[in-house]
Amino acid sequence: MSRRPLVRECPPTTWYFRQPRYMRYMSREITSIFVGAYCVLLVVGLQRLADGPMAWEGFLLALQSPASIVFQILALVAAVYHAATWFNATQKAMPIQIGEGFVPGKLISGAHYAAWAVLSLIVLILAGVF
Amino acid sequence: MTPLKERLVQLEVLRYNPDTDTEAHFQRYEVVCQEEWVVLDALNKVKADIDPTLNYRWSCHMAVCGSCGMMINGEPKLSCHAFLRDYEGVIRVEPLAHFPVERDLVTAPDDFMEKLKRVKPYMIPKEKKPISEGEYKQTPAQLMKFRQYSMCINCMLCYAACPQYGLTPSFIGPAALTLAHRYNQDSRDGGRAERQEVVATHEGVWECTFVGACSEVCPAQVDPASALQQMKITSSLDWIVEHLIPGGKP
Amino acid sequence: METISTDVAIIGAGGAGLRAAIALAETDPKLRIALISKVYPMRSHTCAAEGGAAGVIKPDDSFDMHFDDTVGGGDWLSDQDCVEYFIHEAPKELMQLEHWGCPWNREADGSVAVRPFGGMKKQRTWFAADKSGFHILHTLFQTSLQFPSISRYDEYYALDLLVDEGRCQGVTAMEMRSGELRQFHAKAVIIAGGGAGRMFPFSTNGAIKTGDGMAMAYRAGVPLKDMEFVQYHPTGLPNTGSLLTEACRGEGGILVNKHGRRYLADYGMGPETPVGQPQLKTMELGPRDRVSQAYWHELQKGNTVTTQWGECVLLDMRHLGEKKINERLPLVRELAEAYLGVDIVKEAVPIRPVVHYMMGGISTNTAAATPLPGLFAAGECACVSLNGANRLGSNSLVELLVFGRRAALSAAEHVQGLPAANAAALNAQAEKTQQRIGELFSRTDGSESMSGLRKEMQLTMEKNVGIYRTEEGLQEGVNKIHELRQRYRRVKLTDKSSVFNTDLFQALELGSMLDCAEAVTVGALARKESRGAHQRLDYVERDDKNYLRHTMVHHQGMDSPRVDYLDVVITKSPPGVRDYSGDHK
Repeated sequence: MSRRPLVRECPPTTWYFRQPRYMRYMSREITSIFVGAYCVLLVVGLQRLADGPMAWEGFLLALQSPASIVFQILALVAAVYHAATWFNATQKAMPIQIGEGFVPGKLISGAHYAAWAVLSLIVLILAGVF
Repeated sequence: MTPLKERLVQLEVLRYNPDTDTEAHFQRYEVVCQEEWVVLDALNKVKADIDPTLNYRWSCHMAVCGSCGMMINGEPKLSCHAFLRDYEGVIRVEPLAHFPVERDLVTAPDDFMEKLKRVKPYMIPKEKKPISEGEYKQTPAQLMKFRQYSMCINCMLCYAACPQYGLTPSFIGPAALTLAHRYNQDSRDGGRAERQEVVATHEGVWECTFVGACSEVCPAQVDPASALQQMKITSSLDWIVEHLIPGGKP
Repeated sequence: METISTDVAIIGAGGAGLRAAIALAETDPKLRIALISKVYPMRSHTCAAEGGAAGVIKPDDSFDMHFDDTVGGGDWLSDQDCVEYFIHEAPKELMQLEHWGCPWNREADGSVAVRPFGGMKKQRTWFAADKSGFHILHTLFQTSLQFPSISRYDEYYALDLLVDEGRCQGVTAMEMRSGELRQFHAKAVIIAGGGAGRMFPFSTNGAIKTGDGMAMAYRAGVPLKDMEFVQYHPTGLPNTGSLLTEACRGEGGILVNKHGRRYLADYGMGPETPVGQPQLKTMELGPRDRVSQAYWHELQKGNTVTTQWGECVLLDMRHLGEKKINERLPLVRELAEAYLGVDIVKEAVPIRPVVHYMMGGISTNTAAATPLPGLFAAGECACVSLNGANRLGSNSLVELLVFGRRAALSAAEHVQGLPAANAAALNAQAEKTQQRIGELFSRTDGSESMSGLRKEMQLTMEKNVGIYRTEEGLQEGVNKIHELRQRYRRVKLTDKSSVFNTDLFQALELGSMLDCAEAVTVGALARKESRGAHQRLDYVERDDKNYLRHTMVHHQGMDSPRVDYLDVVITKSPPGVRDYSGDHK
């Protein structure tokens, strides 16, 4: 008799159900659909703005429809989740060595959160929220 | 002294014998174990006392030789470092995922071995000098820059955890790429440009989508995911230097 | 049967085998090298060595001191010409590894750091945290990948040497994944197959260390030398037998009994040194044989701690502090925590002596050559007589390198201008291997269970050939192992499949271990003295008049082996007193 290795395929469409960590990964990937869709929305908004005040007013009105609000909330949740997982990952992508030791990962991720908060604040101030 | 606690352990082990089987099946074993044992101890007892035809690899029993990687309840583990105390009920033992099964729990690691060789995981010295001139100086800080990545025991758990490798077998994969990174980061080495030809390709780091499973299952705390992301950043910088800066060479 | 022609066949791809392969490839790129191993190279047991590798490098050290430590540590059973060669080659080999990228620990100025080790008068042990063997093995393996002349035959189980016209000319091996036999026709063969610690039930050795290389040479007529010298490492985990490196004590760990006394002071290794300030060659930095023997005496006196894993003493490292432990002993911390549930930062860890290393092995000279032309050996499977009656910790990793390379140089020289092999004669011999394996498969009267025989062998070795030995116990051991060898002829193979049949390989390994065990017991019975790791309660003194000689055990088929002796080479250090007391300074 001879060798006859058994190949156990990785199921191409259902593999992510195999482990919770794959599900977490896929949920992170899916958030980018919402983030992308929101970007399209912004581009459309710009287009409307360029088309004149009437078009812009119509656009703003459309944003207030229930379906639109649901979408925006979903997009916000997705963006926050995506940002958080991204910031948590930064410590892996950008380890900082000082002498023989490494800056704790939490500090690197934490710095990103802090920068996020500060930038958001600036944007809100510029937008005249305060 | 209290005697060691015993426990009846139920194992469900994937069996496959190419001489007689066309497909794999699960076989159930019941074996009395000590509570402090690992899954490998239970398998050894099965082989010695119940079924000598059960096949698997093992050697050191201290998580350093990397022989005994298996899927235990669906998770890639070294069976010598999978403690019975962490499992309840029937324990399902299968061969490492994403590798062809030769027999029972024995897989064929040929693909990994071939890929490891491709990344040139050896010192390509910056400046060659004879032994008589002594060591290349390396400070403790320079050592720490790569030491973590030199801890890889080649157990291939990361390949079994990586869905990208399962779906795209041409992916060079976590451990081999991490070992390339290990040498790239070594102050004595000057071989990065050579390795980039393999590393900075679609089969190399760019096939990685940062699932991160490799680092979660690594029994030696190597953190391949970190190594690969760092390599992506440096490869991107290479590209920027080469394409956007006149006369730039990475 | 497929024939593979090569220039040099190397059996075993651990530290010694890989070093030999690289040396051959560098010496002559045209040489064809077949590197045959029953496991993938990185699984070899070199990976489990922890503490480090000794080589004179620091300005306060000298070759003479390394020589004296090694010869005295070996209780004057080392061949001194061999030691001389070894100590001079050691730093070069360790430096070579540095050039190949081995991540040695460093001093602040970037030079290689060294640590203290048992029985060594100076700090000369190079180390990579407490994974030195692991890093050496992987550095060698990865380095070997760049040489196209090295053809690896991973997971090939070597079976028998092919000997014709008085020369070793190859080996038969089974490809484990297909079950097919191959014959390797080679102009020279290097055995680097490792030790045989698995013949004992409680051992630091991995499952693969079954003495296959030793037994193969032994069956081919090469004597096994000094097999009775079996090293017990003083500090093993009491349940799994996992090694806690001697560096635990080198860094300052202490051994205490149940009364909290540092009992080594009572066995000629005192007076006590201050806790946390280890002094070389005294107390916890005594040699392994003495430290393990002290445990046995404590056990007799009832001074050991009774744990759920049996009688232990305590290794206390708490005073080293978490930072130093994490930096220098991370693996030890992890092992004790995982397998015993003890955090060495917070608690003393129970330990007991555990079989660790075979000083004896295939008889070789300083050129790594066996008495059989064309056959060379290196590493733990060989007895080049570096380690004598007791090996010093951190000499064996260097031995792999120095004599792995030496075996390669000798083999490269040997293959020059050899006459062509008589292929028909070699084929005929290979057929015999095939018949031997075939008989095992077709045996219908198999009545002996493999795991049963193995258990009996291991218990016999533990009971009769332990740290202290007696005439009566050894005789019982000799008789029992002889009986087991006879019964082994009826061992039953349950699995008759071809692919990766570990039932078959375990049966073959058991045969190897029984051959080695017979050499150990017979050699131990014949040596009526106490020296190094061979301690007899009925002959308590060293007897240089009668036994300053190497035991040579010759295989005699199914009969009891023949024993004769070979003089020890003494060049400049006449036998003296081994003094490990702090008073000697």
